[in-house]
Amino acid sequence: MTGKSDFQSVRQLLAAGDINCQDLTQQYIEKINEGDKKFNAFISILGEMAREQAVAVDRKMAEGRAGRLTGMIVAVKDIISMKGTRTTCGSKILKNYISPYDATVIERLKAEDAILIGKTNMDEFGMGSSSENSAFQPVKNPYDLERIPGGSSGGSAVAVSAGMAMSALGTDTGGSVRQPAALTGVVGLRPTYGRISRYGLIAFASSLDQIGILSQTVTDCAEILQVIAGRDDRDSTSSDQPIPEYNTFLSRDVKGLQIGMPSEFFGEGLDKEIKQEIDKIADLLQNGGANVREVSLPHADYGIATYYLICTAEASSNLARYDGVHYGFRKDHLTELESMYTITRSQGFGDEVKRRIMLGTYVLSAGYYEAYYRKAQKVRTIIRQDYERVFKTCDIIIGPTTPTTAFRLGEKSHDPLRMYLSDIYTVSAPLAGVPSISVPIGKDSKGLPIGFQITAKPFGEGQCLRVAHWIEKNINHQ
Amino acid sequence: MGKETTYETVIGLEVHAQLLIRSKIFCGCSTQFGADPNTQTCPVCLGLPGALPVLNRKAVEYAIRMALAVHCQVHTRSIFARKNYFYPDLPKGYQISQYEEPLAENGQVIIMPEEGKRKTIRIKRIHLEEDAGKSVHAEEYVTENESFIDLNRCGVPLIEIVSEPDMRSPFEAYLYLTKLRQLLRWLNICDGNMDEGSLRCDANISHRIQGSRQLGVKTELKNMNSFRGVEKALQFEVERQRKVLESGGKIEQETLLWDEKKGIAVPMREKEEAHDYRYFPDPDLIPLTLDRKWIDTILQSQPEMIEPRKERWMRDYGLPEYDCSVLTEDREIADYFETVVEKVRDPKQASNWVMGEVLRILKEEKIKIGQLKISPIQLVEIIKMVDDGRITRAAGKRVFNEVVLSSLEPRQIVEKLGLVQVSDREEIERIVLDVIQHHPNEVEKYRNGGERLFGFFVGQIMKATQGKADPKLVNEILREKLVGQKNPC
Repeated sequence: MTGKSDFQSVRQLLAAGDINCQDLTQQYIEKINEGDKKFNAFISILGEMAREQAVAVDRKMAEGRAGRLTGMIVAVKDIISMKGTRTTCGSKILKNYISPYDATVIERLKAEDAILIGKTNMDEFGMGSSSENSAFQPVKNPYDLERIPGGSSGGSAVAVSAGMAMSALGTDTGGSVRQPAALTGVVGLRPTYGRISRYGLIAFASSLDQIGILSQTVTDCAEILQVIAGRDDRDSTSSDQPIPEYNTFLSRDVKGLQIGMPSEFFGEGLDKEIKQEIDKIADLLQNGGANVREVSLPHADYGIATYYLICTAEASSNLARYDGVHYGFRKDHLTELESMYTITRSQGFGDEVKRRIMLGTYVLSAGYYEAYYRKAQKVRTIIRQDYERVFKTCDIIIGPTTPTTAFRLGEKSHDPLRMYLSDIYTVSAPLAGVPSISVPIGKDSKGLPIGFQITAKPFGEGQCLRVAHWIEKNINHQ
Repeated sequence: MGKETTYETVIGLEVHAQLLIRSKIFCGCSTQFGADPNTQTCPVCLGLPGALPVLNRKAVEYAIRMALAVHCQVHTRSIFARKNYFYPDLPKGYQISQYEEPLAENGQVIIMPEEGKRKTIRIKRIHLEEDAGKSVHAEEYVTENESFIDLNRCGVPLIEIVSEPDMRSPFEAYLYLTKLRQLLRWLNICDGNMDEGSLRCDANISHRIQGSRQLGVKTELKNMNSFRGVEKALQFEVERQRKVLESGGKIEQETLLWDEKKGIAVPMREKEEAHDYRYFPDPDLIPLTLDRKWIDTILQSQPEMIEPRKERWMRDYGLPEYDCSVLTEDREIADYFETVVEKVRDPKQASNWVMGEVLRILKEEKIKIGQLKISPIQLVEIIKMVDDGRITRAAGKRVFNEVVLSSLEPRQIVEKLGLVQVSDREEIERIVLDVIQHHPNEVEKYRNGGERLFGFFVGQIMKATQGKADPKLVNEILREKLVGQKNPC
């Protein structure tokens, strides 16, 4: 992204009266109608709703009481509940489920007059790294339509990357915001667990799920975070840590910053071109006055295993409610309860979801709980302690967001373990409960985007944004 | 050898009590009983995608009250866990409960299986959980092959009280359950109605050879809907197990459902009981941490409990233990009695009046003491009038009944009905002589050893005075006259 984001430009036009929200909204609806045929980034386009919202925002603007996100066109991952809209989670089992209430983040965005343009495609229930596990269509990468955009928030990433929305909400359980952001060349922030209310976010793995932001620029990301962060009485796990003014971090340089590069993130499996680009940024930071040095997160290698034990266990319980009894898909004309459950769930869920439900059920079973679930929780603690130790001497940790750039559609979909490894650098931040951002830093020789990951202490979103913004600015000057 | 093996019955109970709180445990919905199906629901208790539970502090407070009342250790940290199983009335596919780290552990209650014999039943744990909904099968609006679900009850706060296997007979189990209900009502945290399901009970039953310390194979008994039902169901299962064992058979571990109408317990379908609940800490709820100070505040604000109160009454008022037990069965009755006894001269009089008249009316009218139309102050007034000799005890009872019926003040009734006691010696003498004169045959019999006829004469005199005659004077004068005429001049 060079220069101003669409949002910053539009904001000026709106202020000058050169354009109104209704026209703007119409433009985006047309963009999506036309452009999304190629990408499948959207599951629902909220044309009517967005137009009505735009009318109201224009009226508020005329009365001089428009909110701080006036003019922001936002796409929402279809795992976040929005009153009166279909909320599918990319699953057949919720294909026709209409949420009767707004998630807290939706309420907060609406209150500040962001226009909610549509619900985006994703890996079913957030389970996947390619957005191929959707009951709808696989999402395609705007940089190469033969390639995946990453996942699970692939639809949100593509909506922003292809200019069909100015920014988007995604969710990140093990990397589902940062990884697609990296593969589609946009900014992707996963805040600290508890920073943003999960109320209305449909659970995959409750102790790891966190709503995140995908945007064209770091500045836009900060603007949205400012609006949606904060304590919510409807979510017991949301934090009451004070919320700083995030834009005050954006003007700061990196002088004197202590930066750690974990050696574990540069081992086997990391694409050479990505490594080169990361090293260049490390030099850039060093030259900018930061002190970059190698550190160690010795238990990072256990991240994937630990993550998959915990997330599948929680998923097996979280997804039990989709039983065909109360809402969503039900296999009808069955006379027996047991078979209604079995057939409904067999037909309603996709393969990856079923795989994880089975894994998780096993992990929590009598006789295996200690060996798997409890042990995974212990390793999670050890991984968190690794981070705590590094953060005693470092302000931030940097590294690649992904081991490779976007891979081809179908390339890994029959090899779950290889697919899981695409999250190798992103899973440990959620396990440790720390915030992390991916910022685009360039492209490989195939022209595919590369993401750079910055991780900070708990509630250090400001630091993430500061460094990401500094990189964004200084790359553009190269 | 040849000596018959004797078996010992071992029973443990799991009791669920619905807490008397207006809103649900994890959302703000009403807990009112009897509303139209599914009208008291929201995304949280419906288990809609994305909704999250938020703990109701009042439920925690009530659970702590019960825990303190049965001398449990209340933990400053406890964990909510998910109990996973599929059932149509369980919309999330799991119940939020507590498992590995419950709210409270290691308590006890005392029961009295025989007069003067006290027995301790240990309580293993007390934890908080949410109730499930209800499946509706057989109602007029449900056609054949249809089932409906009412989720109003979903999320109603419950505590589960788990005993150690300390009961040795169905009767002991009955006493223990009754004791728990008494305590729950005393604390005013559960109404204790088994028929409405606000108190529920499951039992574990096993047998072992007398003297053995090892527990035998147990069966679980469910679906008991009344206090007597529990005792009957347990008797049934104890008998069944004994027969199996005595004929050399083995007990199968299984779950049985009590059929109240048929009076038998039948095994549950195997599929329904083959559960691995896969408990794990609920990641949506942070660990429940309690401030010691808060627990202390709750302890300070507990009502005076049953045992201390009984002991105080025995000590300060010199009342028999029996009276104290009866009067402390219900806290409101105890409070009523306390107001009365503080204001009258003779505590035993107060006890007699409350145990006699007050409890009789409550039973006859099937009402609670809160609905009684005679206040403790009005009862005190009656007792005082009797005590002062202004009215007789018999007249007092009449006044009591009239107050209940008319809601007039006792004094007004005494005046209206002219019940002021006749204690004029001459007046009574005149009536006594009149009665004697009219019953020469009875007088004859009395004088020939028919001492029991004395009561007959008293009755006649009371009848003549409408119960207003001072009984002491009547006795004195009557005896004098009956004897006095034994040797007529």
